[in-house]
Amino acid sequence: MKAGLPDDLRALFNAAWRGGEAVQAWHQALKVGDWLVLLLGSIVVVSSYTLLWRGGVADRAIVKRDGKTIVELSLNSARKVSVDGALGVTVIEVQPGRARVLSDPGPRQYCVQQGWLTRAGSVAICAPSHITLQLGGRDANYDSLNY
Amino acid sequence: MPTMTRSTIELPVTEDDRRIARYAAAAIALTVAEAALPSPLPGIKPGLANIIVLVVLLRHGWRDAAWVSLLRVVAGSLVIGQLFAPGFFLALAGSFTSLGVLALAVHLPRRWFGAVTISVLAAFAHIGGQLLLARLWLVPHDGVFYLLPLFATAALVFGALNGLIAAHLLASPAANSAH
Repeated sequence: MKAGLPDDLRALFNAAWRGGEAVQAWHQALKVGDWLVLLLGSIVVVSSYTLLWRGGVADRAIVKRDGKTIVELSLNSARKVSVDGALGVTVIEVQPGRARVLSDPGPRQYCVQQGWLTRAGSVAICAPSHITLQLGGRDANYDSLNY
Repeated sequence: MPTMTRSTIELPVTEDDRRIARYAAAAIALTVAEAALPSPLPGIKPGLANIIVLVVLLRHGWRDAAWVSLLRVVAGSLVIGQLFAPGFFLALAGSFTSLGVLALAVHLPRRWFGAVTISVLAAFAHIGGQLLLARLWLVPHDGVFYLLPLFATAALVFGALNGLIAAHLLASPAANSAH
């Protein structure tokens, strides 16, 4: 393996392994422009999180029937709400920071099996009942239905 | 009946070819070693082979770096059994975009910008190319951009680390004497 390396590369590795004496410290390898690029890169990374992952914290649950809001629940306190759907009564359960469809008369129970919703923008759809449960955050222009 | 004369095709091997082949071999070895490392998310890798590409770029120029980078992708995927798998095309797309950025970044004034700048810019270009191809071809849905922050973080961290290692290698006395 070692014999296969280009001579200059092997010399570089040898010198780097020896370390210490003439090899410069890590921070000296960074020039002014490098720091600038690292700073700009960090800004890009942080803003990509805030732009793309915004609205992570949900603060309210919105229950809709046929697209019309029936009830809006704050996620601060635990409670259960029954709403009338197309097939019967759908029960929504809210606990601090999360919400779920507790029961639904629909045949396949997809929205019930989805379990707890915690992120703003997430949605449970009980299609047979025409009921949707959606979580909203402070800036809720992120919409997982249309995203 | 005329007798067949044996003809041989001579492909002259230049010193450039040998140098590129050796660098590419080192890069391929790093690719293979890296494939054994566990990854939290497909596509997030340290990209250690790029250290070699950086060293080649700064010592021998863009043409050599492009050869090493592309040989690395093709032969590296061949060795780890990923040739013409989706990951291969993603790596190729990433290599193309980062080589494009390297062609520009190499003209930055060396006085202020070192290997770290070039490495970070190339790493961002790499994820950019990969995500673009993934969006156009593999996942035709804007959902892939949901992963962008993770890839961008990895690009910044690994780009900076690889750049530091390359700068460290290039700053050693051997780099300045063995020209």
